[in-house]
Amino acid sequence: MSVLVYAEHDNAALNKVTLSVVAAAKEIGGDITVLVAGKGCGAVAEEAAKVDGVSKVLCADNDAYEHQLAENIGDLVAEVGADYSHILAAATTTGKNFAPRAAALLDVAQISEISDVIDADTFKRPIYAGNAIATVKCGDAKKVITVRGTSFDGVAAEGGSASVENIDVAKDAGISSFVGEELAKSDRPELTSAEIVISGGRGMGNGDNFEILYKLADKLGAGVGASRAAVDAGFVPNDMQVGQTGKIVAPNLYVAVGISGAIQHLAGMKDSKVIVAINKDEEAPIFQVADYGLVADLFEAVPELDGKL
Amino acid sequence: MKVLVPIKRVVDYNVKVRVKADNTGVDLANVKMAMNPFCEIAVEEAVRLKEKGVVTEIVAVSIGPKTAQEQLRTAMALGADRSILVETDEDVQPLGIAKALKAIVDEEKPELVILGKQAIDGDNNQTGQMLAALAGMPQGTFASEVNVADGKVKVTREIDGGLQTVELSLPAVVTTDLRLNEPRYASLPNIMKAKKKPLDTKTAADLGVDLTPRVTTEKVEAPAERQAGIIVGSVDELVEKLKNEAKVI
Ligand SMILES: Cc1cc2nc3c(=O)[nH]c(=O)nc-3n(C[C@H](O)[C@H](O)[C@H](O)COP(=O)(O)OP(=O)(O)OC[C@H]3O[C@@H](n4cnc5c(N)ncnc54)[C@H](O)[C@@H]3O)c2cc1C
Ligand SMILES: Cc1cc2nc3c(=O)[nH]c(=O)nc-3n(C[C@H](O)[C@H](O)[C@H](O)COP(=O)(O)OP(=O)(O)OC[C@H]3O[C@@H](n4cnc5c(N)ncnc54)[C@H](O)[C@@H]3O)c2cc1C
Repeated sequence: MSVLVYAEHDNAALNKVTLSVVAAAKEIGGDITVLVAGKGCGAVAEEAAKVDGVSKVLCADNDAYEHQLAENIGDLVAEVGADYSHILAAATTTGKNFAPRAAALLDVAQISEISDVIDADTFKRPIYAGNAIATVKCGDAKKVITVRGTSFDGVAAEGGSASVENIDVAKDAGISSFVGEELAKSDRPELTSAEIVISGGRGMGNGDNFEILYKLADKLGAGVGASRAAVDAGFVPNDMQVGQTGKIVAPNLYVAVGISGAIQHLAGMKDSKVIVAINKDEEAPIFQVADYGLVADLFEAVPELDGKL
Repeated sequence: MKVLVPIKRVVDYNVKVRVKADNTGVDLANVKMAMNPFCEIAVEEAVRLKEKGVVTEIVAVSIGPKTAQEQLRTAMALGADRSILVETDEDVQPLGIAKALKAIVDEEKPELVILGKQAIDGDNNQTGQMLAALAGMPQGTFASEVNVADGKVKVTREIDGGLQTVELSLPAVVTTDLRLNEPRYASLPNIMKAKKKPLDTKTAADLGVDLTPRVTTEKVEAPAERQAGIIVGSVDELVEKLKNEAKVI
């Protein structure tokens, strides 16, 4: 067995989610190789070489990979991956974008968003917004898998001493190009790795009112999320959406403020260790999953909480 | 320009599914079925492109049981011109669906294929990307904005860090995210008209594709239930519990 892990990064630093993917790879067993594809991504390859459990790093440094375009990365992974029994990527918007392409090119199934490794062919994955957990077995000779980061504790970022090999595989499909991006700038911790997440819903009323959550979050070193309703209403940007079709989070503490607790929202946060809900409607379904519920007007409760911490 | 819109029949998003007692799957007997919400957004986008004069024909397609005709009729009531059902009772999986769609793309030669980013039952988020790879097309996944001009399509994508815009040559695959549009409801006259629109039925054998599942489901379990918590009486009590009982702050 040999596992190829696709590294998630921004050409400058390795994204922590990759440590969780390596953890899943370790559970599968066999040699672990990390593929770093990007432009000017040498530092990322060096970082990946230090990750615990990694035996080799392949670095594909090429203009065609700068923006992780799925057409180019899919071709690259299908070619490099041909030598491995398992190909793993994080279930992020990058992994979800190219991995099915690579799987189709290799004529194998993809197993999406695994939350557990049973053996080298058998995995658990949530379906129906996490209302059921399926154990699935894949008969294909090669397995292409995306990994739910929050389900695996990341391996240590230091301690390994893998070799780095530069590979000269340039795949430019020439059918897509990068135009631009608008990335959210925030000094707060990233949602999927934050220890504490505070999320606001439609009950926040408008975008300006999110200030009271940001203030509380900064005091606690927390990330800030939102429900779909808050994103759809334009209160906050899409990258803050937590849920079945947004981000999956599992912090030590999740505070849901003015969120009713629709199943699609719960799918994204119910694996949090401790859940607090602040809602003025005592019947709100969020209270059924909350460890601590506070029936109150959020515009009074949140500032009071802030003041008492 | 022709657009192909693949749609899937799924459990209605309001239904909280229950796992069967024998752990073979989820109980779908007498459960309300509907068009996958992301597919509704795909149909709506195609209809808007037609209203703008960019698109001339919309073909809806579904791979699934005979009952998926209902969702194809809905798509036609919303504005699709005709539809194709690839009838099968197999537990179809994304790679098989993508192969069937590729065969339809070869026949229909659409300039654009618009799919949902994920189906809310399987939650796989694969089909569009697989079809794009098999057809050698570029892809704009998780789209929140789609602009067709000068033989290209510009797609703004919802990514983990924010938004990214890519430009794709046509033909291309687009998969929809929640913010792309707000789907309309079908009007009664349009529902009546849709009954007369053409619906072709084919089989996988007609298309020369093999839909045999590659992944078998060994068992399906209910997730671990959370222990019911408590309602605290005040902010002070909440702070005390978080500090001393849960020890998370
Ligand atoms: C295909 C699909 C995918 C979806 N994906 C997601 C997803 O990924 N994530 C997601 O979150 N949703 C998702 N949804 C939407 C989901 O079904 C709900 O509509 C959404 O989560 C509701 O958001 P909300 O709880 O903020 O709003 P509401 O349900 O409107 O709840 C607002 C709550 O705020 C409370 N409130 C109002 N004012 C105050 C106040 N002053 N003080 C205290 N409490 C107050 C109210 O009592 C209420 O409970 C999806 C839906 C579909 C169909
Ligand atoms: C209990 C249970 C467990 C299952 N476990 C697995 C499993 O582990 N692995 C697995 O691969 N499948 C599994 N399936 C099957 C799975 O539910 C899906 O039917 C199938 O895999 C398609 O995936 P998806 O709909 O999530 O695709 P996605 O890739 O999420 O769908 C995206 C888009 O593709 C298009 N599309 C999808 N299906 C069709 C279709 N039939 N016709 C036309 N267009 C379509 C739609 O536009 C849709 O919005 C399971 C089913 C059940 C009931």
